[in-house]
Amino acid sequence: MKKEAKTKEKVKKKRWTRDDTELSLLALPTTVWYLLFSFLPMFGIIIAFKDYRVNGGFINSMLTSEWNGVENFKFLFGSGDIGIILRNTIGYNIVFIILGIVVPVAAAIAIGYIHSKRAAKVYQTAMFMPYFLSWVVVSALIWAFLSYDKGLVNGLIASGGGERVQWYMKPEIWPFFLVFMNLWKSVGYGMVVYLATITGIDKTYYEAACIDGATIWQQIRFITLPLMKTVIIMMFIMAVGRIFYSDFGLFYQVPRDSNSLYNVTYTLDVFTYKQLKTATTGMAAAAAFVQSVAGCITILTANAIVRKIDRESAMI
Amino acid sequence: MAENVKKKKKQKEVLEGFEKFNRVSKPTNAVLHVIFILAALACVVPVLLVVAISFSAEESIQQYGYSFIPKIVSLEGYAYLVTQGKMILRALGISLFVTVVGTVLGVLLTTLMGYVLSRPTYKLKGFLTMVVFIPMVFNGGLVSTYVVVTQFLGLKNSIWALILPLCVSSFNVIICRTFFQTTVPESLIESAKMDGATQLKIFFSVVLPISLPVLATIGLFLSFAYWNDWYQSLLYIEDSSLYSLQALLNAILTNIQVLAKNAAAMGASQAEVLANMPQESARMAIVVCIVLPIACAYPYFQKYFISGLTVGAVKG
Repeated sequence: MKKEAKTKEKVKKKRWTRDDTELSLLALPTTVWYLLFSFLPMFGIIIAFKDYRVNGGFINSMLTSEWNGVENFKFLFGSGDIGIILRNTIGYNIVFIILGIVVPVAAAIAIGYIHSKRAAKVYQTAMFMPYFLSWVVVSALIWAFLSYDKGLVNGLIASGGGERVQWYMKPEIWPFFLVFMNLWKSVGYGMVVYLATITGIDKTYYEAACIDGATIWQQIRFITLPLMKTVIIMMFIMAVGRIFYSDFGLFYQVPRDSNSLYNVTYTLDVFTYKQLKTATTGMAAAAAFVQSVAGCITILTANAIVRKIDRESAMI
Repeated sequence: MAENVKKKKKQKEVLEGFEKFNRVSKPTNAVLHVIFILAALACVVPVLLVVAISFSAEESIQQYGYSFIPKIVSLEGYAYLVTQGKMILRALGISLFVTVVGTVLGVLLTTLMGYVLSRPTYKLKGFLTMVVFIPMVFNGGLVSTYVVVTQFLGLKNSIWALILPLCVSSFNVIICRTFFQTTVPESLIESAKMDGATQLKIFFSVVLPISLPVLATIGLFLSFAYWNDWYQSLLYIEDSSLYSLQALLNAILTNIQVLAKNAAAMGASQAEVLANMPQESARMAIVVCIVLPIACAYPYFQKYFISGLTVGAVKG
């Protein structure tokens, strides 16, 4: 009898109902969007192996362009730039990942200890603001400070009797400045994420610790941080998964595409964009391919590790 | 019962007492205040500088450079935008259109897909879940996306190139799915089905009205993203009559003559216009036009952002 019920259920499960048709129709527009804007470009990745020439429409160009094997990649890796570009992409990301965890976590913990809750809210709101500004706007804000003839910084230097500096031509300060700007824009956001975890911690832990005579430092060290560990590890691994991607706005808009800074500001995204806009598609496609494939591998690896640590938090 | 309430109240008092006891010392509190005031100022001050510049007279900027306190207060930057600013009004129109249409379309497509994925008995659930998840791991990259959008969909220099590529993100779809799964009671949908409602009707008149928090979250994510977007314009828009505010600002930052060119087209010679226009303050006035709505809106909408971000952080 049990078996019968089971098969009946199976039949019921297999049969396509009116409900399914209706749901499919509801999902249709979004599915078409995914097809056009996500899956078609995935298919288009083979451009990297072609000598792509525009010839009528997309499909036609795709079919008529000659295969040229790994020629595009030879060009890409033959140019000396790729070393610098990979170094910048990965190097900046490593620094961003470390500081992007340490600073917001420290800030989130510290802001919780400010006596006045209202003041804490004000600080948090103010620090969240840069997150809502676009990089174009940020670029304009920075220009107000760093412009050669009218910038505030040069104005101060000049009024102090010093020599004005061409900030946009000084590659030695930009790595630090870009790291600073990245933090400036993202700390508020990170704080919000970590604060949510901290407020979720059961207050009785602290009570117990307090009764046992634990200092605030000890409470942070032995209660707050261990309970934040999972979130921190997740954020860390997810960030590592995106190590081949960079924030195009930060590296393109903030340095205002300055040629003298190219050594310290070119990342894979900037390079691909510049190649696409100024040169042939071949090298750009090859760089984009490297990024997509390497990115896919790192994301999957990161996800697999997350899965091992905590199934619930895994993306897939 | 009344006793219970009393007991709870007492407990709360005890907790408050504990919190008063277990907190950082006054000097530490002062140090924390100083640190956070500096951080908050660092986030807000650049915006104030730009506001100050936008209210400065052109000759005082030329003479003294940018400063926090305008030497001569003037509205000529804004006056210029209003009188000469056919281009600015059009850009504002484009920005508003893109933000409104994009947000409505995006919310619709996202929630539809989220709803369908949240139906436990739907036959194609597994398949569509893959459709949503795969793009989170692998994407075609910049070059093939660019080729598809411009050559296959023919969206180069079309306003839809600013709207369509951004309107769905898998991250948002998953936030919606999780929300519908956890907060919309299955029995509600079942009973609506009993009454003979189609899925379309259930979605619009049962599910959406009780899902306002997630609609607000997704709507805010999208409207901020559209208002702040300049990248799509950079890629797909060359026709300056389709510039959004962000794209216009981007163009002006590289070359203030964009504004003059527009005025020149209206009669005056370009050199003449350029000599007479308040370049610096007009430029910064555009920044203020972009930032002002955001700066006014985000403190009130923060909590929806935070709820969305934390859902994403847990279930991303």
